[in-house]
Amino acid sequence: MRRASWQEYQKEIAADKYYYARSCIRQNFFPGSEKAFLDILTNNLGIDIYDDPLHTSCTGIGYHSDVVPLETIMTVVARQFSLMAEAGYENFISSCITSFGIYNEVLATWEEFPETEERTRRYLREATGRELVKPRSIAHTSDIVFYHRHAIANQAKRRLVNVHTGKPLNVVEHIGCHYAKIFPKSGIGGSEFPYVLAGMIEAWGGNVVDYPERRHCCGFGFRNYLVQANRGSSIANSHKKLESMAPYKPDFIVANCPGCAMFLDKWQYAIAEMDGTTYGADGRGIPVLTYEEMAGLVLGYDPWQLGLQMHQVDVEPLLDKLGVEYSPEAKYLGEEGKFIGRPRAAAVNCEEQRRIYEIRR
Amino acid sequence: MGKYFDMLAEDVRLREGLKACMNCGVCTAVCPAAEFYNYDPRQIVAIVQTRDDDEIERLLKSDVIWYCGECMSCRPRCPRGNTPGYVIQALRTLSQRLGLFVESEKGRQQLALKRLIGDNILRTGYCLTPKNIRPEMHPEQGRVWEWIYENDEDVYALFSDCYGKEGAGALRRIDQESLDEIHRIFEVSGGKAFYDNIELHSERKAREMGYEGATDEYMMETYTYNSENHY
Repeated sequence: MRRASWQEYQKEIAADKYYYARSCIRQNFFPGSEKAFLDILTNNLGIDIYDDPLHTSCTGIGYHSDVVPLETIMTVVARQFSLMAEAGYENFISSCITSFGIYNEVLATWEEFPETEERTRRYLREATGRELVKPRSIAHTSDIVFYHRHAIANQAKRRLVNVHTGKPLNVVEHIGCHYAKIFPKSGIGGSEFPYVLAGMIEAWGGNVVDYPERRHCCGFGFRNYLVQANRGSSIANSHKKLESMAPYKPDFIVANCPGCAMFLDKWQYAIAEMDGTTYGADGRGIPVLTYEEMAGLVLGYDPWQLGLQMHQVDVEPLLDKLGVEYSPEAKYLGEEGKFIGRPRAAAVNCEEQRRIYEIRR
Repeated sequence: MGKYFDMLAEDVRLREGLKACMNCGVCTAVCPAAEFYNYDPRQIVAIVQTRDDDEIERLLKSDVIWYCGECMSCRPRCPRGNTPGYVIQALRTLSQRLGLFVESEKGRQQLALKRLIGDNILRTGYCLTPKNIRPEMHPEQGRVWEWIYENDEDVYALFSDCYGKEGAGALRRIDQESLDEIHRIFEVSGGKAFYDNIELHSERKAREMGYEGATDEYMMETYTYNSENHY
């Protein structure tokens, strides 16, 4: 029933010639993922993708914090679209789930309330002299990886399989609310049975974990994280998800949204520091990957070139299961082996084995 | 009767998000904020559709409209096709336009959001940049983030040729012409006036509360203070 349901929500994804819009959160916390995405498309798949230096933030975090008005974000979005057209592209792809939701919301609002499109065109012309040209297609970058998942599988250096047991790795996938809850028809599989990450995991040999709070928000909640006084709400929601998934013993979490990947990583650290609870095996955290990192590992990219050293929860237990060869000494080195110090130890990480915490088995 | 409702209805999100609510409560059942806060989106929608000015004004001055995280989990669930999250966005926008947001603890936080996120957009072209995720304001970001923060140029150089410089790549510096366009967009579309209005009313409220205006001290108070009366 589930498999049939996701097929009701299909969307047209362009095969080639993409205009790439970066993400504020992804480039801050996972810059290696954006680089890997471009490298995979360009070098592995031979696809035309344009990385435009002129586009800005979509201002989505400001919009969902309610300080950037709707009229303003619509005009910023219109500028992004006009830049795409000026560069000679018509397939707009976004590296951010919040942005993806906003691009869809803006297009739907223009459709539903045509006067808002007219007003936006006027504002854009007055502010920039540019003309709005709407994209032919909108996709999230995970849609693109999903679309090419079998081509990636054909070039795979390894599969999502435990090399020691020969069994598929158990993977928790987290879609991110704004991928399909706002516009279910814009997401592969809709909001009920999103298949975008599950499709990658299955194509690359892993086992998708179903668990009760699979669709629950990661806890970002914009102002509920961005303002320090509100962060109890954010960590409480991540805590709910982690408690719900832990009994299923996931080998790793993969997240669609850069914010979700960051929160599910960082809140594990905070929970371990606050009360000693960890959710992975042997008193460690559950590694959290972006889908670009997951694809990169499958294709044999070096974990430190993917930026996995920027995660708070150590990824080495997962690398060992996957049979990835890596240099532990190189993890925190800069370019050309420059020593730039290393992070202090944390309860959620591999180095703190002498500390005894609750271990969820 | 209906003055505030008419103002709300000027916002297309209200028109899109509220047709006729039958008060089934599915939105509240699925709402992450409702699990944490004393918050009930069903009740908010019920109040708004009464069109009662006194009741809506009470909402506009209250903490309760600021609990929602805008995850929009309510949107695909509503059997009537309503979106309580859109109603919240319209209420928050009106609360700020009328200066009523400063009457609640959670509403006053808009000053911190305007300065931390809003001003950063105009300064850099991004909502966030590594140097405004300061470890002392983000202890939850952890030890690895401290290391990245202290060694940002070396760490980001591993993944981008353009960290803090113009060109294509992660965390590139946005060129001045593009930034100027963003500034002009904020001017003509009302974004700048919206920012200024947040400052204006925060200044008034800060003085009323005994501060020398909307100083950094006042802003930090809105950013850190939690009365614990929200659960």
